[in-house]
Amino acid sequence: MNDILDKIDTDTAAFRTHALPDHIVTPGEWETAALALGKGAAELTALWASRRGVHMLLRAGGNLGLLTLETEDSFPSVGRHHAPAQRMERAIRDLHGLIPEGAPDTRPWLDHGRWGVSHPLGRPGPATEARYPFLPAEGESLHQVAVGPVHAGIIEPGHFRFTAQGETLVRLEARLGYAHKGIGALMRGASLTRGAAIAGRTSGDSTVAYAWAYAQAVEAALGARVPERALWLRALMAELERLANHLGDIGATCNDAGFAMMLAHCGVLRERVLRAADAAFGHRLMRDCVLPGGVSRDLDAAGHAAIAELVREIRARFPALVALYDTSPSLLDRTVGTGWLDPALAARFAAGGFVGRASRRAFDTRRDLAYAPYDRLRFEVPCREDGDVNARILIRIAEVGQTLDLIDQLLVNLPGGEASAPMPEGTPGHMGLGLVEGFRGDVLAWVEIGPGGTLAASHLRDPSWFQWPLVEAAIEGNIIADFPLCNKSFNCSYSGHDL
Amino acid sequence: MRRLLLEGLLRRPLTEPLSPAEADETPALGAELAGAVRRKLGRSLAIRVVDAGSCNGCELEINALSNAFYDLERFGLHLVASPRHADVLLVTGPVTKNMAEALKRTYDAMPAPKWVVAAGDCALDGGCFAGSYAVLGGLQRLIPVDLQIPGCPPRPVDLLRSLVLLLEGG
Ligand code: SF4
Repeated sequence: MNDILDKIDTDTAAFRTHALPDHIVTPGEWETAALALGKGAAELTALWASRRGVHMLLRAGGNLGLLTLETEDSFPSVGRHHAPAQRMERAIRDLHGLIPEGAPDTRPWLDHGRWGVSHPLGRPGPATEARYPFLPAEGESLHQVAVGPVHAGIIEPGHFRFTAQGETLVRLEARLGYAHKGIGALMRGASLTRGAAIAGRTSGDSTVAYAWAYAQAVEAALGARVPERALWLRALMAELERLANHLGDIGATCNDAGFAMMLAHCGVLRERVLRAADAAFGHRLMRDCVLPGGVSRDLDAAGHAAIAELVREIRARFPALVALYDTSPSLLDRTVGTGWLDPALAARFAAGGFVGRASRRAFDTRRDLAYAPYDRLRFEVPCREDGDVNARILIRIAEVGQTLDLIDQLLVNLPGGEASAPMPEGTPGHMGLGLVEGFRGDVLAWVEIGPGGTLAASHLRDPSWFQWPLVEAAIEGNIIADFPLCNKSFNCSYSGHDL
Repeated sequence: MRRLLLEGLLRRPLTEPLSPAEADETPALGAELAGAVRRKLGRSLAIRVVDAGSCNGCELEINALSNAFYDLERFGLHLVASPRHADVLLVTGPVTKNMAEALKRTYDAMPAPKWVVAAGDCALDGGCFAGSYAVLGGLQRLIPVDLQIPGCPPRPVDLLRSLVLLLEGG
């Protein structure tokens, strides 16, 4: 096993600036790595396939290791030893037709039998059948409730199958894939510019995080240098995005507990963030603002002033809302103790973002796999142990404060110079990795450069892959009526997961 | 809480009047259609939103319509939970093949008269996902569309203007 752990040898500074090397492994070594993951000796950061075979990205501390098993038909199942890999393997099989041998769950995942084709990224075959057996639940007086993919509220599509005894949930099983758009196939052969547009539309609420992760991956693969000012402007956008999402979701989570006043007030603050982003960067969600080589629009004096004013406004208004949350027993009664996520599970699934940080997993890409300009900024990573809805809200409240401080620092110390630079010619075959802390957790992008400034292959991994299964665990023993509250407190992305 | 409520009473409302669109931005909407909506439904519209595989960007801006700045309910526009209560189906996303059946069934569940609005570039023609094996590439490939609101995502004021126009006529 130590041989495998020795392969986790690319340190942060190396993958942040250079093409990512990989270790070609044998099926035996691949399985040893899976066993090591099962024992908790390393973390699984991503698992995906390309035309060459399957790839596994492992993390231990500040080091990463990319293992590649070259194969055209099958590979030893990782999910057999390490449950977090199961859905990823099912997706690999659906998209590429590579079989995870010995996998405990052989049902399709993203493929609902409706594409008119199977294995669209591998050797395409006829469409698969649409039948999907849900996991059985047996016991006295159990009943099932099926919800979705069309929901009562304005949320993304997904299907939830609840098994309940009376009001208490004994099992939740989610079925996802409804938002599958075929992003992997669209990226293949696309120009680097079109790749940026698609990456930025993988999960709309994290468009800056995705565009930045993608740009990092491309820049690392090409060995490009990005102007200092561009990096700082990217961070400014990323913090605005975090702020908008945290404010919106704090309000929306309280609203799902029947406390509409928080939504009304937080909604006003969120709108102010989007308007400042619009004034500063020309788009409310800052879509297409981060491009490989830099940013698409420099910040002028008016934009600078709009963001400074925004920070003042939120600092003036937000504390009263935090106090309102803290002193409303009727609200706390719904959030405290509800939707508890076991820290052991958060660790096993390497749950990113506020979900992990509310359950003892003190990980933040900005600090632990640091990238510029965060290596030169001061911030804290709040962490708690209580793991319930309340903990996730409180972590996000604390992060709002940290983000405001970061925006201050970014505005004051913003370096001068260009906001973008031309990209060098790439070398086909070079690979690059990007990892950015979005509001939801670590967003990962991996690219392989093709001929003539195109993408040969890519993989975008949303933090939700590791959080969705935890929603199912956290809801157990809660009542059905608390599902919207629990679900919103995780706020996983459907689109980012379904791709 | 009391202080916040009091402040809410004393502060001027944040809600903004809806300024008319610039002439060249007026959404493509026949006067005939607008007239028909008004004749049949009067001054109120119940809207059912379905995400047909969007990136969730369009949903964020539709949700923003309920905030204090846009307050869509003041125009008689209501977002409703069931297609059975809806006059308008507001669809986002490129219509993924995995969502097509659920979307069609939602449409079929709505009582006539009913109207369909495609919000966002994806719902128009698939947007940047057009051509994928996994999407139909635009709402009109599945059901007839009465009104299109372009944008990626459309701004809340554009959404609001189009919906109000549907109700009041151009
Ligand atoms: S139009 Fe743009 S914002 Fe709307 S779903 Fe499509 S990509 Fe997302």
